[in-house]
Amino acid sequence: MFEYTLATARDALRARKISARELTTAYSGAISALNPEINAYITETPELALAQADAADAALAKGEHGALTGIPLAIKDLFCTKGVRTTAGSKILSPFIPPYESTVTANLLRDGAVFLGKANLDEFAMGSSNMTSAYGAVTNPWTRHGDNRPLVPGGSSGGSAAAVAARMALGATATDTGGSIRQPAAFCGIVGIKPTYGRCSRWGVVAFASSLDQAGPVARTVEDCAILLGSMAGFDPKDSTSADMPVPDFAAACKRGVKGLRIGVPREYRMEGMAPEIEALWQQGLAWLRDAGATIVDVSLPHTKYGLATYYIVAPAEASSNLARYDGVRYGARSAGHDLTELYENTRADGFGAEVKRRIMIGTYVLSAGYYDAYYLKAQKVRALILKDFTDVFRDVDALLTPATPTAAFGQGEKMDDPVTMYLNDVFTVPVNMAGLPGLALPTGLDATGLPLGLQVIGRPFDEETVFAVSAALERAAGFTALPTHRAGA
Amino acid sequence: MSLDPAAVRRIARLARLRVDDAQVTQIQGELNAILGWIDQLNEVDVTGVEPLTGGALMAMRMREDVVTDGAQAEAVLSNAPERDGPFYTVPKVVE
Repeated sequence: MFEYTLATARDALRARKISARELTTAYSGAISALNPEINAYITETPELALAQADAADAALAKGEHGALTGIPLAIKDLFCTKGVRTTAGSKILSPFIPPYESTVTANLLRDGAVFLGKANLDEFAMGSSNMTSAYGAVTNPWTRHGDNRPLVPGGSSGGSAAAVAARMALGATATDTGGSIRQPAAFCGIVGIKPTYGRCSRWGVVAFASSLDQAGPVARTVEDCAILLGSMAGFDPKDSTSADMPVPDFAAACKRGVKGLRIGVPREYRMEGMAPEIEALWQQGLAWLRDAGATIVDVSLPHTKYGLATYYIVAPAEASSNLARYDGVRYGARSAGHDLTELYENTRADGFGAEVKRRIMIGTYVLSAGYYDAYYLKAQKVRALILKDFTDVFRDVDALLTPATPTAAFGQGEKMDDPVTMYLNDVFTVPVNMAGLPGLALPTGLDATGLPLGLQVIGRPFDEETVFAVSAALERAAGFTALPTHRAGA
Repeated sequence: MSLDPAAVRRIARLARLRVDDAQVTQIQGELNAILGWIDQLNEVDVTGVEPLTGGALMAMRMREDVVTDGAQAEAVLSNAPERDGPFYTVPKVVE
């Protein structure tokens, strides 16, 4: 049952070789067995899942099906789900039960998906290790050869990525503000795509940094991600930044091949001190694309090195504004105070974790009177230069190939002493968010200790089809079949 | 630019975060490390560059000026930490 990809499970369901109930029961069983160790889920909803599976079987029996009828998924606990607790990984939302459904999850339900539960994440999606969740760390299903020490799954969508890698879900929703889909996908040896800003509605997704946040899927294969994104995406009048554009057939694009495409190699992504294995992986990826008929072109994105510093002004500024709503009055947890200000201050001091507070304070400072121009306005101008870099190179190339992360997964508790060290994880992913572009991470090799390493494919705005075409070509060439130590069906 | 303890307290107050005296030094160190690292942007020449305000590479859409939702007081209040009938309750604000 666990050998199925999302695409082959869908076909088996439609052919009535398996039932949605069997599939969901197997996955719920995997969660019961593995979650105590991996902690990929904050909330499990097995009864709801079974009811949805039975509805899927009833539809399939009548020969009716949507794109995802009977497919069991994990939902990142940042998507509001009607009647099911939604925490954003924070203590402050621990009592929150949304009375509405996010647009992305509503789209998945419309297409017949089954929801297994709510996936763990860094608090308010702020982190690259899943260590900041108020509901405990997530353990990466992969371990190093001969070393059982627990590793991080990456973040912030660490629960989503670990659930898919450990076969505790066939796919999952995730979100990406600075790398939160692509970095955990790379660390867990699976595929994840952040689509173009505006492709998926942000309505009903707990907001972190609104000009950067974008939903996307993680799954086992490029095609599985294409199928999920096709269902998640689409115009939504409830999100003023949602793109009123048709959703192409992403799965069909996976079969296009790369013959005649021009693939750019940004020289600024060759970082000082980068592991030789990452460099070798990158060169191998370029060789595969060349063999498949693509032309490789050296390009320059001169403002790459300023991406992270720009991000750590823009994202905290937007977060400090978005998180002002958590005041202990209208929803969420409340701590007592003698007057209203004390109630606010106590509620927020008790409800937010250290990293979230740090970012709120940075954001408050860079937006405060007298500092706005020096920090926030400056960052918005550098952001314009980062976008211009990409716009310039996309006149000459169809897609870019880069490493997804500067290292493989690291140990739980590492890189925790200094916030800036943790931030450096996202050096290859952040510029893509700053420019609003689509980016996909996929596993193409293992490092010397047996951990997965990933490459990133970056495309033009609203050209996810080329991203899928290039990624699928890499996937076919890489033939990545390695599996994590901890997984269902092992 | 470097923050002193008074600035840390002022920012915490603006952000409505209670900060205990014992935490001020640690927070000051962390925030200054981040701000010091961010200062690398000073080397970028942004003369004549228009700021990029949003992620959407398109103009903001206008919508019809009509009511799209409403009359759901019970759903809105369903997550209130404390309430009194159809009202949220807070500590006394006006003496």
